[in-house]
Amino acid sequence: MAQHQVNYASAAGLPIALTSVDKLVNWGRSNSLWPLTYGLACCAIEMMASGASRYDFDRMGTIFRASPRQADVMILAGTLSKKHSEFARRLYDQMTEPKWVISMGSCANTGGMFNTYATVQGVDRIIPVDIYLPGCAPRPETLQYALMMLQKKIRRESADMKKRPIQDLTNQKGPRKARLI
Amino acid sequence: MRKYTPKDNVQAKAYYTDRFWVSPRVPQSPVEEGTHFAKVVETLGAQCKEAYIVDGQLVVHIDATENFNVMKTLKEQCGYTQCSEQSAVDYLAQDGEFELFWQLLNIDEAKRIRVTTRIKQGEAIESIEKLYKSANFAERELFDMFGIKVNNHPFLKRILMPDDWEGHPLLKTYPLHGDEFASWYEVDKIFGKEYRDIIGPENRDPAMIDRYDTKRFSRIGYEVPFAADYTDEEQQPVEYSDTFLVDYNKPSKTLDERK
Repeated sequence: MAQHQVNYASAAGLPIALTSVDKLVNWGRSNSLWPLTYGLACCAIEMMASGASRYDFDRMGTIFRASPRQADVMILAGTLSKKHSEFARRLYDQMTEPKWVISMGSCANTGGMFNTYATVQGVDRIIPVDIYLPGCAPRPETLQYALMMLQKKIRRESADMKKRPIQDLTNQKGPRKARLI
Repeated sequence: MRKYTPKDNVQAKAYYTDRFWVSPRVPQSPVEEGTHFAKVVETLGAQCKEAYIVDGQLVVHIDATENFNVMKTLKEQCGYTQCSEQSAVDYLAQDGEFELFWQLLNIDEAKRIRVTTRIKQGEAIESIEKLYKSANFAERELFDMFGIKVNNHPFLKRILMPDDWEGHPLLKTYPLHGDEFASWYEVDKIFGKEYRDIIGPENRDPAMIDRYDTKRFSRIGYEVPFAADYTDEEQQPVEYSDTFLVDYNKPSKTLDERK
């Protein structure tokens, strides 16, 4: 027998939790992040390991979806070749708003060791990235942590789509110059 | 006057140059009488211009126009039923020619043959796809990487690079980091040429640190707010040395100036 009595503020004994719409919407969004099943190279193996039973993404509400129309997160796991860049961008465009992007591993971040003519030198040249994951390849724990950081980021955001910055490259302040120092 | 740099080989060279160093050569030995390879050379007859053994396998030099007939003889009469590799080597700067080679395998005898020939730039080669199905992709790659046309190929199209790619990447005249077209390829294709200024050139420096990019780099010495604009600020590095960082965009030092 409970020694205390919960004094609910409401009538009829129904529990009431006060919150804002932003928090409620973001609670839903951040706890059901559905990434796109999209592997580019060896980082995808780590991504698959994160999704499998040992690291178990499902317990975080992260379920890989096979269609960009149903996905919220794009995990760019691996080397993006210039030939494929067009299709990666098309998949990103097919995802519905709100959408977030995780750039996983050195190759996706900067081109990595593939300092050649055929590799995109960082996926942020074609897709706006929310979280950069270092590592070659990052451990599944790192990807898990990145996803948790993304959840934190989403919880900070406004639920109103209009207040989100438009993810258009023309919106940037000026040319992103590759300066040294 | 600007210093002349040869344009026929723009790819990176070995940084270690020693004028007394002689590159090691794999020893060549003549074809011994009575062996399997002696029979092969005999079967080829006049088609074989030169033949010797390297590393236990026969190397046969042929005329570029006779490659189909030679392969046919080797396949049907000598039992070389597999073409395991086929490609070219760019000797344009050195000799003005490509060296083409075909690597054939005889499973019954467990022997390998390398058939080589030389062609000039702009010359085409006959397809051996009718003899070896594996030559289909190999010849497409040959065309993709070197621009060597293959006659009577069923589907001569680029295989690795995109169809609208310019240039042939395995040529020595092709820069490793890509030419103008390659470096803007994804930007031009996805956004259009007018977005080049917005997106900016590729960063080829793996250790690039942008002091004024406060979104992606923490400020060494003192902290600033996230995404703060400090471009107009005068450079006042605190506990920070410019010489500490290496400029990877500078060309590497030539150790032997005489070369």
